[in-house]
Amino acid sequence: MPLYAYLTLAALLFAIGFFGVMTRRNTIGILLGIELMLNAVNINLVAFARFNADIVGMVFTAFTIPITVAEVALGLAIVILMFRMRRTAIADHLDILKG
Amino acid sequence: MTDPAQPALLALLLPACAFLILAVVAPLRRRGRLAAGLSVLFSAGALAAAIAALRLTAGMDGFSEWLWAWIPAEAGPLASVGVLADGDSAIMLVLVALVSFLVQVYSLGYLSDESMPALGRYYAYQSLFAFSMMGLVLAPNFVQLFICWELVGLCSYLLIGYWYTRPEAARAAVKAFWITKAADVGMLVGIVLLWRHTGTFNFLELLQMADGGAIPLAGLGVITFCIYLGASGKSAQFPFHIWLPDAMEGPTPVSALIHAATMVTAGVYLLTRTVWLFRLTPDVMEIIAWNGAFTALLAAVLACVQTDIKRVLAYSTVSQLGYMMAAIGAGFASAGFLHLLTHGIFKALLFLGAGAVIHAVGTNDIFRMGGLARKMPQTAIVFLVGTVSLAGVPFFAGFFSKEEILGAVLAGGFPGPFAMLLLGAFLTAFYMFRVVFITFFGAPAAAHGADAHHVHDAPPFMALPLWILALLCVGIGALFAFWHPKEEFETLGWLTPTAIVVAFAGIVLAYLVYQRRAISADALSRVFAPIRAAALRRFWIDDVFSFIYRGLMLGLAKVVGWVDRYVVDGILNVLSAWTLIAGGSLRRLQSGRAQDYVYGIALGVLLLLVWVRWPR
Repeated sequence: MPLYAYLTLAALLFAIGFFGVMTRRNTIGILLGIELMLNAVNINLVAFARFNADIVGMVFTAFTIPITVAEVALGLAIVILMFRMRRTAIADHLDILKG
Repeated sequence: MTDPAQPALLALLLPACAFLILAVVAPLRRRGRLAAGLSVLFSAGALAAAIAALRLTAGMDGFSEWLWAWIPAEAGPLASVGVLADGDSAIMLVLVALVSFLVQVYSLGYLSDESMPALGRYYAYQSLFAFSMMGLVLAPNFVQLFICWELVGLCSYLLIGYWYTRPEAARAAVKAFWITKAADVGMLVGIVLLWRHTGTFNFLELLQMADGGAIPLAGLGVITFCIYLGASGKSAQFPFHIWLPDAMEGPTPVSALIHAATMVTAGVYLLTRTVWLFRLTPDVMEIIAWNGAFTALLAAVLACVQTDIKRVLAYSTVSQLGYMMAAIGAGFASAGFLHLLTHGIFKALLFLGAGAVIHAVGTNDIFRMGGLARKMPQTAIVFLVGTVSLAGVPFFAGFFSKEEILGAVLAGGFPGPFAMLLLGAFLTAFYMFRVVFITFFGAPAAAHGADAHHVHDAPPFMALPLWILALLCVGIGALFAFWHPKEEFETLGWLTPTAIVVAFAGIVLAYLVYQRRAISADALSRVFAPIRAAALRRFWIDDVFSFIYRGLMLGLAKVVGWVDRYVVDGILNVLSAWTLIAGGSLRRLQSGRAQDYVYGIALGVLLLLVWVRWPR
């Protein structure tokens, strides 16, 4: 399989994730979208590493995955706290950043 | 000890020590009597040192100068401080120390009703004044002279406003300060210009240059005129004389010391000190002579219509300062200086005598006194001694110095000012004896009839300085009768009889009008109605000044204020309003929803991509 197949898959995955982030009303949905985008990046890294015979991309991915997990855990914790305080998990209602 | 600079420096530093102690040690200052004792003690020491300095200078010829570098520069110090002890400065030093000491003793009695902290404050100022004035007298250069000049001005301000809770006193203090300051600007300009002109501030160096003809004459007239401007402000010459009568709001001993004997004569002293410089500019000398004579006559006329005893004396001081200035302008500074010394003695005596009267009667108005000679005979005698000295009765201190001035002005070739001064001498005798007859003789006024038993002679602390000054007046007169000072000019034979006749004419007129009432005072005032009306309005000079202040300066201030408020502030306000409006519309972008920001980021990335990949 050529490289562009992997890259196309990754681009599609990224676009789906980004679409989810922009359109989902639920905060958990947004978090899921972010996960998809991150994994698209991971696919890119692994694909380049494989095709360039360079191990560095693999090592990067090995670090990115745990960090992603930690980030999700943190994001969910924030969402839960937010839900406890404001009784909602809908992103449109969370406008306390408003200037 | 043979160097006169040594005791002179001691005389200078003793009051400075007293002031520093009183200024730093607040508990001592708050215990007024203790502070007063300290101050009097130090000023007695200063007097002794000043007399020692005078004795040493009398024994030697020339001068003694001690200098310390103050602003060092490559080619010798730019400015130095020190003492310059010579004949003139030593005798002036004695006058300052003597009057200062006597006034401080007198104040013990005069201000005995004051609260203790106020008394401590008063004596601290008095010590500061004594130091500043002596520093001025002993100044070896223009820089030190100017610093001390401003310091005595400050003390004058502080002491005029001693009763600062009284609005008139506070107003008079500010008036005195501003008017002398306005004149001092001229003096500062003159000193700086002189330095640029000659490269030195030092009197002795300047004197050498003047003698050697090394001072370029071009532009010197402006410089000497500027310096004269400062001197005329301090010495209350027309048109700056208006602050002095108002300065009488201060305590009477202050008027005696600062506004009669010492500080106001600083201008005359400065001109005496630097007369060799002024001789190079005859035009300015002519201005000084004419303005001096005019001031003398103007103030004498003003003194005739005053009813406040201190204001009569104040105008009389202005008038006598005019005499001194006229003599200096005529080119005979020593005559002016002689009158400065005798005037310092008898005017201090008159003020302190007036203070004793005011202290006893409780009013300044001469028409509410009357018949006081019975109740306070000692005060009447000493006041009379001062009055005859001022009026120019032979064998009293003022007679010789005033005749000297008249002779000097005539010898200098100024017949116009001479006539003005002669008329002024007549008026001097008239207004002084007017005060004497109304206050001490004649019918007692009804005003103090009720509490007449309170009116008595001054307590010992006040009486002692009065008697010392009175004896000095007589003593100096007697001294001059036997030993006449060396004359610089030919005195015409008819001058002495004329001066005597003029003085007695004034006295007789005052006697006829106010004692015998042979001539009605009302008739006299009807004859001179226009002059009287003008004099009561102070010849509108105060009005001119207040127009300059209220009309011009406040008008300018209003215009400047309008520009600041509406133009400068306006531009800034428009700018800030625009910023606010822009911020107000931009804040709508901040919805607070995270997803909107993601849209923004996406748009930005898209734009970046387009920009990077745009075909060029």
